[in-house]
Amino acid sequence: MKRILVLVVFASIILHGLHAADDAGLDDSLQSSFGLLVSKSFSDKAAAIRDIAASGNPHSIRVLSSLLDGNLYFHKKNQSMILVSATTTKEYEIFDLLTGKLIETRSKKELRKRYKKVVINNKLRGLLNEKLATLTIFSEDKSTRLTSVRNILKTLNPSAVKLLRDAITQETDQDVKELMRICIAVFDARSEIPEIQLAAINTLSGSLYPEARTVLEQLKTTQFDRTGADSPLLQAVNSSLQAIELKAGVYKQVENIFFGLSLGSVLLLAAVGLAITFGVMGVINMAHGEMLMLGAYTTFVVQQLMPNSIEYSLFVAIPAAFVVTGLAGIGIERGIIRYLYGRPLETLLATFGLSLVLQQLVRSVFSPLNRSVVTPQWMSGSFEFNPVLSLTYNRMYIVVFALLVLFGLLWLLKKTSFGLQLRAVTQNRVMAKAMGIRTDRVDALAFGLGSGIAGIGGVALSQLTNVGPNLGQAYIVDSFMVVVFGGVGNLWGTFFGAMILGIANKFLEPVMGAVFAKILVLVFIILFIQKYPRGMFALKGRAAEG
Amino acid sequence: MKFKKWGIHGICALLGMLLLQPVNSADKIKVGVLHSLSGTMAISETTLKDTVLMMVEEQNKAGGLLGKELEAVVVDPASNWPLFAEKMRELIEVHDVDVIFGCWTSVSRKSVLPVVEELNGLLFYPVQYEGEESSKNVFYTGAAPNQQAIPAVDYLMNDVGAERWVLAGTDYVYPRTTNKILEAYLKQKGVADKDIMINYTPFGHSDWQTIVSDIKAFGSAGKKTAVVSTINGDANVPFYKELGNQGLSAEDIPVVAFSVGEEELLGIDTGPLVGHLAAWNYFMSAESEENDKFIEAWHAFIGNEDRVTNDPMEATYIGFKMWAAAVEKAGTTDVDAVRLAMYGLEVPNLTGGVAVMNTNHHLSKPVLIGEVQDDGQFEIVWSTDDVVKGDAWTDWLPESSKIVANWTAPVNCGNFNTETKECSGQNY
Repeated sequence: MKRILVLVVFASIILHGLHAADDAGLDDSLQSSFGLLVSKSFSDKAAAIRDIAASGNPHSIRVLSSLLDGNLYFHKKNQSMILVSATTTKEYEIFDLLTGKLIETRSKKELRKRYKKVVINNKLRGLLNEKLATLTIFSEDKSTRLTSVRNILKTLNPSAVKLLRDAITQETDQDVKELMRICIAVFDARSEIPEIQLAAINTLSGSLYPEARTVLEQLKTTQFDRTGADSPLLQAVNSSLQAIELKAGVYKQVENIFFGLSLGSVLLLAAVGLAITFGVMGVINMAHGEMLMLGAYTTFVVQQLMPNSIEYSLFVAIPAAFVVTGLAGIGIERGIIRYLYGRPLETLLATFGLSLVLQQLVRSVFSPLNRSVVTPQWMSGSFEFNPVLSLTYNRMYIVVFALLVLFGLLWLLKKTSFGLQLRAVTQNRVMAKAMGIRTDRVDALAFGLGSGIAGIGGVALSQLTNVGPNLGQAYIVDSFMVVVFGGVGNLWGTFFGAMILGIANKFLEPVMGAVFAKILVLVFIILFIQKYPRGMFALKGRAAEG
Repeated sequence: MKFKKWGIHGICALLGMLLLQPVNSADKIKVGVLHSLSGTMAISETTLKDTVLMMVEEQNKAGGLLGKELEAVVVDPASNWPLFAEKMRELIEVHDVDVIFGCWTSVSRKSVLPVVEELNGLLFYPVQYEGEESSKNVFYTGAAPNQQAIPAVDYLMNDVGAERWVLAGTDYVYPRTTNKILEAYLKQKGVADKDIMINYTPFGHSDWQTIVSDIKAFGSAGKKTAVVSTINGDANVPFYKELGNQGLSAEDIPVVAFSVGEEELLGIDTGPLVGHLAAWNYFMSAESEENDKFIEAWHAFIGNEDRVTNDPMEATYIGFKMWAAAVEKAGTTDVDAVRLAMYGLEVPNLTGGVAVMNTNHHLSKPVLIGEVQDDGQFEIVWSTDDVVKGDAWTDWLPESSKIVANWTAPVNCGNFNTETKECSGQNY
């Protein structure tokens, strides 16, 4: 009996050995690190990461980067490592980590049942970045090298800096080289040898990396204590710091202006539809915000309909939103507003009620919860000019988009026969009628146009804020503010109104906080309207009397 | 004037008619649900209404309570604070409910307080809040600041090594009080004034460019910086989007949020948020048998596998289980008897431990810190060794530190000054 048992054990050992031999090229150290990686304790995992990084195994970069990206899973039973990548939102492809062979495709639920993700926390993420930085410093890809140097700059580990000194001699790309120079200088600025220190401080002059500024500021205080005010080192520190502050200050202003323009564009997109319905037609449309909301929900629906091509969904959503909200607008005009022309109070109440109806309708159809609208890849992230000035892509696109909408609308009003008719009707309804213009039709179309433009604005807003039933309420007051401030009946007024309010808001905000800045802007508008009741661009002459 | 008179007469007549109606449901125990189903708060509160309905259904399947069937009475206060008080009165006086589960915002709770105390009702409040309150008629099953905010700051200070702090919040009572407590706490821990930045934004703020850029600048001064966010509800989505877009990663500047849970993350693309933190007493990812059962029951009840569970749902669950246990223990649904039966009562929580009701009407619960994962779930990275007892009055503000709440004899007061040995007389 005993003998059989021994035999079985022996056989299983041999089988195990054979199994290990199958995975050729896999050394034991990596396998034992994997044993630590599946542990629950984060310090075990940290040890595993250090081991893998030090192993020099060709797979180590792939293992560590997939761990960082959260693609590393393990089998719950035999604890073998796998790599998972999502092919669509529902299906996951499962690869063998070391051979890269496709094992199977699983749904999310099955994936969860069989495999468990190797979970990491922020500390491990930091460690992974640090380790990957030293491993990828000689990478072929420029952007990989850049992130690698940047991660070294964050931790300034002496051995990594040593590696950097080797790397800089081989580096051919100017941008990477410059960053490496800064990185070494930040390290050398803490050197014991005054000559090296001085050279490093001069290199850092005007560098916008926050680490450069930090090290200089630290030097400023420690050096002052040590040598007094007029050591050459301290003077160098001061002049370098001044150069940095001057540059950073300029970029800060540029950033503020951009923030202001982007806030202005959002206001413009929200208000420009209202500029037609309220500004040109004189209808106080409290349901204007809900037109924005409908546009945003259209974006959501479009994305639901084309889940596999989210990248292009916005291009479909823009015309779709225009049509949907435009038709809704025509419906509202034909159904409600045309009976109320010339009775502003009743219009206000009717459209306010309508806005509540639309909100609750959306709540019933889509649930009261916010809907998640995906931001396409090309709209996320930011364009980095330098370490202190980076402009986010979504805001840049929205500035451009707002201008396109404005110019499109101007063209429509100034150059087409519909625009001509619309202007004729608003200037003198009776005369226009006498000239054979079907004023009823023009009214309906104009209201549809204003609403449709609001719908387009809603598509843009869906990329910035929540898509929920209350989306419109947040923008209705701002929209009226912009139109009244700019001057009723003038699109350029709306444009300048939006931009001035946006920039003013953004320059006040850092000084006095978001709440107070908003109050101040409102007070300013009240005072402005007292002095110029017709807004910035008041209509003059006969048009003003209408 | 005339209208008012008529209005009162009308309401009296209507109430009379309703009261005179034959009460044919005397053999049922009525459970009131006071959560907004429309308006701004509907987004969060609808889920809790469904949770209570699910619990009622389960309890009935298990044979009800005291041999009677439970019946849920749902009203809609429509995110309108004064309406909360009216609906509370309606629930107690007209529908004659035995217990109420409800409210989310602090202002709605403050609005119903006088009513529930006047009519001696019983309210279970399931949301984390700013503390500084303990009413005889309210059981607070959400977290007090010492069960959420203080442990989160401890975690950031000791485990993450944060030295500079941004306290960002929405401009209303919960963030202001919490930040006041946190500021006092941080200063006692030796954090200098210049290392604390406090920022308030209006409700539903959507333009975060400047604030995120300020945080970035504040965080690049060489010391590890962390953001403690009491930003409420909707405003979080654009805030996190802006964080992601401006490239502020969790390794550089972690953000710990007190109002962001699984449900709030549903509306966000979580890719750029991975690693940011939240502090709660429960996460859907908690591994325990009760939790698996709860999630399964929830999915079956709501008929959607994609729905998530969150901390206020667990607080509702604990509150309901506790109330049911107290009713069994007391043998009646009488408010005073149930209240006395509640103290010291233990029910399993969903994270694998036991929740205990204390005499200050707050629970003892564990505190968990979770990191956002790319599937919208939280991974628990830290938890307190033991449960933390909810503290109605914070120890970190000088004016509150000497006040305690204890609703058993001999103190019997929610606002007892330990120095003067006096009850302030205020009911809460």
